[in-house]
This record gives sequence, C-alpha cells and structure tokens, in this order.
Amino acid sequence: MIDINIEKRLKGYSGAGTLKIKHQFAPGSITTIHGPSGAGKTTLLKIIAGLTKADAGKISVNDITWLDTNSKINLSPQARRVGFVFQDYALFPTMFVMQHMEYATTDTAWINKLLHLGKLETLITHKPHQLSGGQQQRLAILRALAIKPKIILMDEPFSALDRAMKAELIIDLRSVFSELKATVLIVTHNPDELVSIANDDLYIAGI
Amino acid sequence: MDLSPIWLTLKLAAITTVLLLMVGLPLAWWLSKSRSVFKLIVEALITMPLVLPPSVLGFYLLLAFSPRYGVAKWLQETFDVQLVFSFKGLVVASVIYSLPFMIGPIKSALQQLPQSLAQASYTLGKTEWQTFKSVLLPSIKPSLATALVLTFAHTLGEFGVVLMIGGNIPNVTRVASIAVYDSVERMDYASANSYSFILIALTFVMVTGVFVFNKYQAKSPLE
Repeated sequence: MIDINIEKRLKGYSGAGTLKIKHQFAPGSITTIHGPSGAGKTTLLKIIAGLTKADAGKISVNDITWLDTNSKINLSPQARRVGFVFQDYALFPTMFVMQHMEYATTDTAWINKLLHLGKLETLITHKPHQLSGGQQQRLAILRALAIKPKIILMDEPFSALDRAMKAELIIDLRSVFSELKATVLIVTHNPDELVSIANDDLYIAGI
Repeated sequence: MDLSPIWLTLKLAAITTVLLLMVGLPLAWWLSKSRSVFKLIVEALITMPLVLPPSVLGFYLLLAFSPRYGVAKWLQETFDVQLVFSFKGLVVASVIYSLPFMIGPIKSALQQLPQSLAQASYTLGKTEWQTFKSVLLPSIKPSLATALVLTFAHTLGEFGVVLMIGGNIPNVTRVASIAVYDSVERMDYASANSYSFILIALTFVMVTGVFVFNKYQAKSPLE
C-alpha cells in the first residue's frame, strides 16, 4: 500500500499553483495517471521516487515512512529503489544496451529474460544513439525493471512505440508486474490504451 | 641551443595538469550541482585569473609566498619549502593561474547533461560517487579532453606570473616563455626563434589532437 498526502508548489506554464495529491495505491495495483500538461504528473512521480522534495506531507509504503516533512524524514532515492522510467528515457550515452542492464543488476538470467521481452537481445552491443526511438524507450523500461522493484513509476513509457509493439509489450509487462508483485503508476495521455491492464485511475486536474 | 627551458616547461605543464585534474574534477562537480551565492563567489574567484593581468596575480602571489608571513612562513619553517623563486612556487602559481581552464569546460559540460541521467542512476541504487564515475564522467569525455589540453597549453604559455614569482633561474624557473624574452633581451634572435617555434609546434599538435579526438562528438574543442 502506498499512502500519499503531499503538497508541492509548482511554477507551471499557466502561472504558479499548488499540486495537492491525496491517494492510496493498493498493493499490486496498476494505476494510470492523467491530466493536462503542467499539472504535476511528472512531479508526483519524482516526489514518490525521492528525486523532488514535497513542500509538505507524508508518503508511506507498506507502513514504512518514506517522507514526513513534519518529522523531517526523507528517504534517499537509493533507499527507495523504485523502478523509474523517465519521459526522456535518461539512457546513459556511453553505455551499451547490455551495460545499462549490468549497471542495474548482476542477475544475468533476469537480464536475458527482460532483453527477450523488450526484443533487444540482438542489440546488446549498441549504444543509445544507435537505437531507434522505440528501442530506446524499451531499454529505459527494461533498465527500470532490472532492479526488480516493488514500485514502478513510468512517465509516458509507450509514447514512442508503434501500436502493435505497444499492445504486445503491455501484455508482456503485465506478467512481469505480477511476477514482481509490483505496484505500478503509469503517467499517460491515453489512459484508454491501458484500460486492459489498469485497475485504478488518478486524474490530476492541474493548477 | 639549451633545451632545458623546454623540458622545464613541459614538466611544469604536466605537473600542473595532473594536479588540476585532481583539484578541478571535484570542484567542477560541486559547482555544477546547484547555485548558491557562496558558489557564485567561489566561481568568480576561480575565474579571476582569466581576466586579471598576470602581473597583478604574480604580485599578490609574490607577497603570499613571502617566507616572512603566514602559510609560506609555516612551510619554510616546518618543511624547509620555499615557494618564491622556486619550481614548487611555479607549480602552485600555475595551478591557480590555470584553474579556470580546467574548471570551465568540465563544469559547463556537467551542467548541460540532463538531470535525469544522475536521477536514473540514483533510482538504480547507485551512490553519487558511483554515478559520477560511471555515468557523468564518461558522458563528458570530450570536454574533459578539452580541459586537459587547454590547461596544459595555457601553462606552456605562462609568462607574467612566472616572471613575477620565479624570475629567470636556469633549470629552476627559466621556462620557455621566459627564455624567449631573455634571448631577445640578449639580441640572440636565433634562440628566441627556436624556443618560439617549438612552443608553436607543441601547441598546434595539441589543439589539433583534441579536434581530432572530439571529431565525432561534433563539438568545438573550445566548448
């Protein structure tokens, strides 16, 4: 169970405002997060991951406090170890595909399984700039899954994939999510395309 | 022709570059991470040698290196180390003088990297140091090469500061640029020409080298 009740002042495209989120994410649930641009969807994911600090509030995960601004508790991103898929992929420019995976984990069986799932087995000696947009995005997803996270935060993870690849990958990912018993939050502009796997939805109205 | 000023110059440039790499990397990383008034002041101080007349820097270093006061006195009394009119003094002065050439390219390259690169590494459980070593540093290799070459080349061309704190002592402080000046003073134009030509050739080879190294990154060596 992820229990969130946070506030964060945002400077958005349409002026300043406050992002307020109070939500509980059930264990093992897959939640789509949507809303207008600049509403704070990415900020919410980064606050959960510990990459951005909330101005006020609490986050607890399975009754362990990750953030409590009153008692100044704020676990580091390293301690939270969420699987994070960045909107800009955040691939390491000098690392090969295989090195990305090996940087995250030493479990070679798991690496091979993920590479097969992402259809990148034949591209392990390629660097990010040698990959297509869709391949880069899949590598970003695989790298996040490599650490076997219990919480997976994905920021528009399928935007560069073609329809067929997206449909296939989503089905495969569902089985990985359930194998990991992970709680998944997916920011998307098209919640409809995830309706087959999502079981919760959070709309962020904006500031 | 006496080649000792050339060897002394190369030795000074090499030692300065190695020391500045050790000092400059952590300093540039620290400066690139966030902005504060304190950091701006530190950055301004580091940049000063870029715009100050070398004689001004040399004058204050001469005072600072005086064995009668402060740190220089302590160094003299404790370790019998004299900074003024010595090679060690030249090294210290060169490190200060060339600091902006090492810090500048590295800092701006680190700042241009997307924040998400380091963040991705943190979410994978990696420490700041692991992230710097494995992700950030390899990503700025072209700028690192630029910084190393600029630092080395700038130290080769150092003149005013050396003259102020080192003088013109053969095999100790008489570097190539001083030897050129000294040769001209003595009307020995042949030696001045030889020293000058060697400096031009060395600098040209180094700058071309970094151009070639950075060719595929499509970046100017001066970035």
